Amino acid sequence: MKHNFIRGLKAGIPIGLGYFSVSFSFGIMAVSLGFDWWQAVIVSMACVTSAGQLAGISIMASPGQYMQMLISQITINIRYSFMSISLSQKVETKLTGIWRWLYAFMITDEIFGVATMEKSVTRSFLAGLFIIPYLGWSLGTLSGALLGNVLPPIIMSSLCLAMYGMFVAIVAPAAKEYKPLCIIILLTLLLSTAQFYLPLLKEIPSGLAICFCAIIAAAIGAKFFPIEEVGK
Amino acid sequence: MENTQFFTYLLIMAGSTYLIRAIPFACIKKKIKNQYIQSFLYYMPYTVLTAMTFPTALYVTDSILAAALGLAVAVLLAIRKKGLTVVAAAACCTVLIVQLMLQYFA
Repeated sequence: MKHNFIRGLKAGIPIGLGYFSVSFSFGIMAVSLGFDWWQAVIVSMACVTSAGQLAGISIMASPGQYMQMLISQITINIRYSFMSISLSQKVETKLTGIWRWLYAFMITDEIFGVATMEKSVTRSFLAGLFIIPYLGWSLGTLSGALLGNVLPPIIMSSLCLAMYGMFVAIVAPAAKEYKPLCIIILLTLLLSTAQFYLPLLKEIPSGLAICFCAIIAAAIGAKFFPIEEVGK
Repeated sequence: MENTQFFTYLLIMAGSTYLIRAIPFACIKKKIKNQYIQSFLYYMPYTVLTAMTFPTALYVTDSILAAALGLAVAVLLAIRKKGLTVVAAAACCTVLIVQLMLQYFA
């Protein structure tokens, strides 16, 4: 149990680093939009979602757009529902009731990505996994809001790739092992590249676009290459 | 910004984000048996990560070239089964080195 906690803690390090640099720029941006430093920090600590927060603070800057806020948050964040469903299938039986309501708070893209690679997701692994990313996200926002540029820009810029490097480390080995997955990954690359550069399609907000590409590719995978048994 | 307005917005933002995560996670307790849905849920994590990474990651550093090389290094190390932290660190170092070279030689 302790072993799982430590393993989770370690797996959280690259996520925490990436979060620190992303939320650092969120802090700078919030202050430049006229928010107090503590407001930026509260937003980060209460939401823990990069794209949702970025869209959120720009709406917050003008008064009374509550409906628009709700719609933007739902469209950008709906992908978490799919991740939650997927993760709900993998957590150990001990993780029930109130624990699920508590742990759901920290289901982010990156944490989902790491957690879902476990054969069975244990409570202690998740608890360890949450700590460093949450600290990184909160402290990054605080530093960005208070200090502007503490680190040389070239270092900040390099750290931005940490999270993506980690995603590659999750996807590439699995794709190498299983041919159909490799085909589906290539299809996803094609879809997301097309969405990113083609006119009209590139106007779709990024959270939503990710959701579309991922769902279409996974649906095609499930149709043409159904897997024999989950959890192998 | 006025506090009432700030906290109303915050409540909507944090509340909706939390419920989107929590409702499916807390309410789906049974194992899903359907093969299509099982397969979909198997592929989905990988397609989400892929769609988040490419091509967005090319634009998160100060140089597309540096980011592309960083990703290439990450792929090479990843298919050789290096761990998450090693791959992430190598990607960052590659970006740093390429950016430093661009500063001095360009």
